[in-house]
Amino acid sequence: MIRGKVWKFGDHVDTDVIIPARYLNAPEPSELAKHCMEDIDASFAGTVQSGDIMVGGWNFGCGSSREHAPVAIQASGISCVIAASFARIFYRNSINIGFPILECPEASEAIKAGDIITVDTKAGVITDETTGETFQAKPFPPFIEKIIEKGGLLPYLKGKEA
Amino acid sequence: MGMTMTQKILAAHAGLPEVHAGDLIEAKLDIVLGNDVTTPVAIGEFEKAGFTEVFDKDKIVITLDHYTPCKDIKSAELCKIARDFAREQNITHFYDVGTVGIEHALLPEQGIVGPGDCVIGADSHTCTYGALGAFSTGVGSTDMAAGMASGLNWFKVPQAIKVELKGKLQPFVSGKDVILHLIGEIGVDGALYQSLEFTGEGVSELSMDDRFTISNMAIEAGGKNGIFPVDEKTIEYITNRFEREPVIFEADEDAEYARTVTIDLSELKPTVSLPHLPSNTKTVDEVAGMPIQQVVIGSCTNGRMSDMRAAAAIIKGKKVADGVRCIVIPATQDIYMECLEEGIIKTFIEAGCAVSTPTCGPCLGGHMGVMAAGERAVTTTNRNFVGRMGHTESEVILASPAVAAASAVAGCVACPEA
Repeated sequence: MIRGKVWKFGDHVDTDVIIPARYLNAPEPSELAKHCMEDIDASFAGTVQSGDIMVGGWNFGCGSSREHAPVAIQASGISCVIAASFARIFYRNSINIGFPILECPEASEAIKAGDIITVDTKAGVITDETTGETFQAKPFPPFIEKIIEKGGLLPYLKGKEA
Repeated sequence: MGMTMTQKILAAHAGLPEVHAGDLIEAKLDIVLGNDVTTPVAIGEFEKAGFTEVFDKDKIVITLDHYTPCKDIKSAELCKIARDFAREQNITHFYDVGTVGIEHALLPEQGIVGPGDCVIGADSHTCTYGALGAFSTGVGSTDMAAGMASGLNWFKVPQAIKVELKGKLQPFVSGKDVILHLIGEIGVDGALYQSLEFTGEGVSELSMDDRFTISNMAIEAGGKNGIFPVDEKTIEYITNRFEREPVIFEADEDAEYARTVTIDLSELKPTVSLPHLPSNTKTVDEVAGMPIQQVVIGSCTNGRMSDMRAAAAIIKGKKVADGVRCIVIPATQDIYMECLEEGIIKTFIEAGCAVSTPTCGPCLGGHMGVMAAGERAVTTTNRNFVGRMGHTESEVILASPAVAAASAVAGCVACPEA
């Protein structure tokens, strides 16, 4: 179970604002984290707390295929991203690195910045403790659940090989 | 129920008689691609997981095209990681400074990708090869690592939007205007998780370069891929380039589509996307006169030979307007050479353009044309997000090579026929 404070963003948050290309020449997660969301909220990287949760709108993570985007978010301390929908490469990248993301339009609409929420990633249940509302995200297909359980695509592949 | 063209390619590569939208499948890959931004991360994941050898040295392509020739020490270190790996693994298709071109212009040109292929690339514009009748999609670095290790990857079989093209393009209207118009119609997530399948009598009117541009920006509508049927033009293009046997797939007559969008090519006008989303489209006549400080003609979207010719035809004998920097980047060495032979480089330089060796540089705000606050560019690139070409208060207007060239000469957003 994940519990944390919400950082709220809008629709079409693109990978160029999640981690601008000018920082892609230093792909270490800790370096990327320093500049995460910088072009949309300069205060984010300095104030985000470990365990906080990011909530976005439609088409979260659109644009470039840079895996640096979910890596930067994860390394910044964010424990989970909830959005109304995800751009498909961001979605795969998150799963492939074993970073929990949940698609839930209702939660994306209702949850406000600063709310305290809890997330059961396996069951897909999101509870807004601030308002008392509960939401059900779309569950992952079993195949994807297996990848996340193994901690990402490569550990999964390596496990299959053995 | 029949299958779409994309579904048939995926079924064939998964060894299944049929697949349905929503199925999760594991498919064999013909080509796995990465660049200097994404490959080093993929190599790190590949090695961390304990893999030591790539599945097939002939099926991996590494292009050092984004920050090259290296813009700083950090970029040089990244290129070195990719270069050392390519050497160790004896990668056949490794392209470094001097031979490298912008990946999505280079791979078709060199005959590395062709009809019927299943391709992944750790670059979102890998969807470009759909123009050749391949299934081709952008993925991340971990996907690239998995592809390099196993020659396989997982896919969710997409539904498709059928894009029915009819009529013929007017002068100064190109593939770029078609795809910007389509993105404006359906939105930046209009094709999310879906294929864009182009079809109809209008397809035969489009050049291969137009088709590459259109497939290239399928991702800007959220699409998984953007694919064209294989016709005489495709076969002519791959002849003497593509050495493997092309496999031609066609959508079934009774294939099911999520929806159909019809575009009459003859009705399209030169189109631009205003900041800060590719879907924010206007026809050029609606916004002509907006002042600009920079023009970029190049990129994986529009750095091909016909793009260079279209821009040069407009610029020839004229000067880039005072206060405008016009940067021209032929996408590959072969294109650069052809431009030299045709006198096009001379035309650009005489007009006051800066001409560069192939690089993705300015498109992603990497180098070779980064903008300051308050500056605005007309570019033939593919994204106009906040901060894409530099400062967060700079602006990018997406356009065709003809519109970009006309704008460079006019000093403001301008229509090529005006």
